[in-house]
Amino acid sequence: MRAPDTILPLTIEGLGFARDGQPILSGVSFIIDAGPPSIIIGPNGAGKSVLLRLLHGLLVPSAGTIQWSGIADPRPRQAMVFQRPVLLRRSVLANATCPLALAGLSRAEQLARAHAALELVGLAALADRPARSLSGGEQQRLALGRAAALRPEILFLDEPCASLDPAATQAVEAIIARLATAGTKIVMTTHDLAQARRLAGEALFLHRGRLLEQSPAARFFTDPATSEAAAFLAGALVW
Amino acid sequence: MNDVNAAFAAAAGLIVDADPAVLGIVMLSLQVSVCAVAIAAVIGLSLGALLAVTRFPGRGAVVVALNALMGLPPVVCGLLVYLLLSRSGPLGQWGLLFTPSAMIFAQAVLIAPILAALTRQVLESYWEEYAEQLRSFGAGPCRAVPTLLWDGRFALLTVLLAGFGRASAEVGAVMIVGGNIEGYTRVMTTAIALETSKGDLPLALALGIVLMAIVLGVNAAAHALRGNATRWAG
Ligand SMILES: Nc1ncnc2c1ncn2[C@@H]1O[C@H](COP(=O)(O)OP(=O)(O)O)[C@@H](O)[C@H]1O
Ligand SMILES: [Mg+2]
Repeated sequence: MRAPDTILPLTIEGLGFARDGQPILSGVSFIIDAGPPSIIIGPNGAGKSVLLRLLHGLLVPSAGTIQWSGIADPRPRQAMVFQRPVLLRRSVLANATCPLALAGLSRAEQLARAHAALELVGLAALADRPARSLSGGEQQRLALGRAAALRPEILFLDEPCASLDPAATQAVEAIIARLATAGTKIVMTTHDLAQARRLAGEALFLHRGRLLEQSPAARFFTDPATSEAAAFLAGALVW
Repeated sequence: MNDVNAAFAAAAGLIVDADPAVLGIVMLSLQVSVCAVAIAAVIGLSLGALLAVTRFPGRGAVVVALNALMGLPPVVCGLLVYLLLSRSGPLGQWGLLFTPSAMIFAQAVLIAPILAALTRQVLESYWEEYAEQLRSFGAGPCRAVPTLLWDGRFALLTVLLAGFGRASAEVGAVMIVGGNIEGYTRVMTTAIALETSKGDLPLALALGIVLMAIVLGVNAAAHALRGNATRWAG
């Protein structure tokens, strides 16, 4: 039974994006529904970040449509963690409350949610530290907790582990898995195949601005439908 | 040489004894400049912040004009405010000319562009960094302003201190609109100018020393703030 106020599924039709006459994405169509994480994979420069920005409403498509379901305003039901998250020049706790304040929540609610989020990402002990003095892994976890505190129905993650060491990567993946289990729809990009294998419910393979494949993870990783995806999986396709 | 030594000794005496004339002049100076900074801060910070987050035709010209106004000579500022406040001027019926209020007015006019221009510089770089993240939080340019002001708090305090330094050290504007009336509109800078020309070096020197101490204190405070700013900027 679908919740009456859900914004999913998200339907993308013929999505295109061009800059200075150069097509960056073209003819991208897919549907994202509730469930385990959808992982967008593809080599560097494939257009993964641009695609997430389009879905999140930060860029305006030059072609096609992005259609949310239901009657709820989709804007406050989604959150995004950027490839390079911007932490504010404030304490860790204040970084977590800021988006909640902008969302119009009461101060008590802001604090309750922010503390719970810091607990979730293992930063409760650092609540009073200047956020920008945290290590790379801690910063990424804070960005994740800050987004989770918004309690989004769908959470866009752009290469959340791109510059992290294995231990920090593992910590971030554990948080993502927990959020997914708790019912948050994760839509995440990565160029790290091992990570995609660990997290994916389904895989979307993006190559040079085109979506070549959308398959359940089990099928994609063993039996890709396109030669490009097969080459990428074999490590032969770097661009 | 002896005269100078004697003048310094007498000046030190005036300061140590907290001479009422010196004290009165110092207090009025601080009052005028603090009020001017407060008024200019309200105008300058909001104008600078809005300019940092908005894009409109002619914005470049406004930025250039503000930057140019940072170098507005105090005497010219004094002259303009004098024309505004003089009996036949547009604000003549306020009756402010040759009062401390007129001096506050003139100093606020002098430093508001400085505060606005520096605020714009600081917050524009923050906005470049924050815009997309804040947009993801659902905050467009205008709702982002309080966020930017708060994150720029240390840098902006330094800006305010720079404004205070400029206001308390200027002589031309307060001289013209205040009239340097003893016990009423005489501040440190105008007193120094007058007493030096009259040959009362001890009083001029005493005020000069106090003024230097204030400017030094303001810069020390600004330096300390910068340390704090880098701690939070990370
Ligand atoms: N704002 C932009 N303006 C112009 N070109 C861009 C912009 N953002 C990304 N691109 C280009 O679009 C392509 C896809 O970029 P991106 O989505 O960041 O790739 P990915 O995240 O898959 O590595 C790249 O060739 C990049 O240079
Ligand atoms: Mg990217």
